[in-house]
Amino acid sequence: MLIINDLNVSIQDKEIISGLNLEVKAGEVHAIMGPNGTGKSTLAWAIAGNDAYTVTGGSITYRGRDLLALSPEERASEGLFLGFQYPVEIPGVSMTNFIRTAINEQRKYRGLSPIAAPEFLAKMDENKKLVGIDSKLTNRSVNEGFSGGEKKKNEIFQMAMLEPTLAILDETDSGLDIDALKVVANGVNRMRSKENAIIVITHYQRLLEYIVPDFVHVLYKGRIVKSGGKELALELEEKGYAWLKN
Amino acid sequence: MEPILKALTLKEQLAEQFRVHRDIICRNDTPFISQARERSFHRFLEMGFPGDHMERWRNTDLKRALSVDYDLDVEAPASKMDVSGILRCNIPHFNTFLVSLYNGWYLSENGAWITRPDGIVIGSMAMAAKQYPHLVEESFDRIEKTSRNGLEALNNALAQDGIFIYVPDNVNAGQTIQLVSMVDYTRNLFLQNRNLLVVGKNSRLTLVHCDDSLNHQPSFTNTITEVFLGEGAVIDHYKLQNINDKSTVINTTLFHQASNSRLSTHGTVLNGGLIRNDIYVDIDGENCMADIFGLYLVDKDQHVDNQVQVNHFQPNSVSNQLFKGIADDRARAVFNGYIHVHRNAQKTIAYQSNKNILLTDKATVNTKPFLEIYADDVKCSHGATVGQLDEEALFYIRSRGISYDNARLLLMYAFAAEVINKITIEPLRLRMDDLVKKRLRGELSICDQCVLNCSAKENTVSFDIDMSKI
Repeated sequence: MLIINDLNVSIQDKEIISGLNLEVKAGEVHAIMGPNGTGKSTLAWAIAGNDAYTVTGGSITYRGRDLLALSPEERASEGLFLGFQYPVEIPGVSMTNFIRTAINEQRKYRGLSPIAAPEFLAKMDENKKLVGIDSKLTNRSVNEGFSGGEKKKNEIFQMAMLEPTLAILDETDSGLDIDALKVVANGVNRMRSKENAIIVITHYQRLLEYIVPDFVHVLYKGRIVKSGGKELALELEEKGYAWLKN
Repeated sequence: MEPILKALTLKEQLAEQFRVHRDIICRNDTPFISQARERSFHRFLEMGFPGDHMERWRNTDLKRALSVDYDLDVEAPASKMDVSGILRCNIPHFNTFLVSLYNGWYLSENGAWITRPDGIVIGSMAMAAKQYPHLVEESFDRIEKTSRNGLEALNNALAQDGIFIYVPDNVNAGQTIQLVSMVDYTRNLFLQNRNLLVVGKNSRLTLVHCDDSLNHQPSFTNTITEVFLGEGAVIDHYKLQNINDKSTVINTTLFHQASNSRLSTHGTVLNGGLIRNDIYVDIDGENCMADIFGLYLVDKDQHVDNQVQVNHFQPNSVSNQLFKGIADDRARAVFNGYIHVHRNAQKTIAYQSNKNILLTDKATVNTKPFLEIYADDVKCSHGATVGQLDEEALFYIRSRGISYDNARLLLMYAFAAEVINKITIEPLRLRMDDLVKKRLRGELSICDQCVLNCSAKENTVSFDIDMSKI
């Protein structure tokens, strides 16, 4: 589904990702771990298409297409979703309308007619229950005045509404209490299927107790230095990252 | 009206016009008004047009607007015009009492002077000089004595017509009065209007005032509107400006508030070559409320300047200014908010906020909050911001599948909506909302008819966002 080949990414002429390779197949859950400042978020931004991050080399192929040739909105409409580490507040734009607009823009891209109101509302209700947010939140402006936990739940809520094929969750677990963590994990697990794939970026093994990955990768200095199964996360928890630096 | 000689400056032309047409200009005057005109004209000749030598005009340059050859139209149109053919206001569920100023001349299908069953008097200023000479004389006297610049003096000298509204005490004008100033002249027109609105004790009035151009001919409109709020009076005032790119509007509005009165004035600039709004609010009573809101959307080489001065003369009143604007291309926006709290005005609460978005690096904003406080027990604040569309928010929206253009629109609209949402008349708010969206989408040009009719030619722009529920 996603093939990253020898990827180099810079921000303001500073190379952050250097020769990264990664392949994610449909049905898989990958966890990317690693110390601070090794390029985990940069990788997520580059895949999502933030133009502050310049791809200086390599390729990203998504479902057979050159992802780097697409705009962020086209990538989203092709089924890519990025859960932000720091979700952005948008005063004046209501949650409900934001989501409906996003769904309809994606549907337009795919040649579908706008979503019918009853279907949309039913989906809203279902997913609000799933992530445990109420109408008070969805009637507000996007993320405005939301608590840290509410913002993260809102990312999962948006993911559930948009039904992506590939979701990248950038430290969605950071700053969450154990109940919120379970809500997030539950939302992610609901998305798991033979057709979909998920990349979870995290510092901690804790989230991986709830979202059990098929593969764990360690990112260090802009490249993957070690890959393994879910037991690698436990090993990292025990030993830290220092042993991998050599 | 003979064409004016190009060799003369506008000031010289006006002097010539005043000399030649004095009898026509003074036709409806009392002797007192004629004398006031005379003195004001000399005052104009002394002061000239405002320029950058004046602090309040530093950022607005009239040179280009004044370099056009204009006609002065001193004769009211002889034949009765059928205004209904020009302007059909079709805002759903919005029933207004419509009067117009057509090229500066009062025009109403109800005649030049009517007293409605509720006691409200609506008519032309030319008639008012005969019916209520003392009110009109006082107005000319005031403006003569307080003229802050040559344009105000010029208005006092040359203004022949305008709208007059008198609401007696204890009357609730249920129906909104809509005043449409239309410029539709075959040549370049320089016109002065003078409006006077008096709202009695405990009375209520809602007024929607639109400045429109009906063609693409350059024009220069210099208007003074005086509004008096008696004790306990409530005024909802809406101003909508949508004139062509070659035209200039200098709009001076003076509000006078007596005790316990409530003023809300809400201005929207949709389009215009050069628009300058001078808004003065004199709070000369206790327990008053004054809300002064403004939204301006400018692009190309347009220029908009909002100057607000709130004078708190008495204690225990509240004023609140909120102005927001978006400038695109090479457009320029100016905001100057001045709050003056006099020594006696204890317990004043006065807020001011001006927020701007610049869409290009060629667009400019000059914003200047200015507080002058002589009382020691007051609560005052001001704030001004100038920024760009939030890049992070843009990316966030796009990452959800919303196109770049629509993401921008969404952010611009959300920015403007804070001011639009202050409109309390639901049908008007919905229509304004619609107009602002059209404007932001680049679909709004000046209409064949009044902008409120809004059968504007719409370009087919791909835009499927339903922003009605934002």
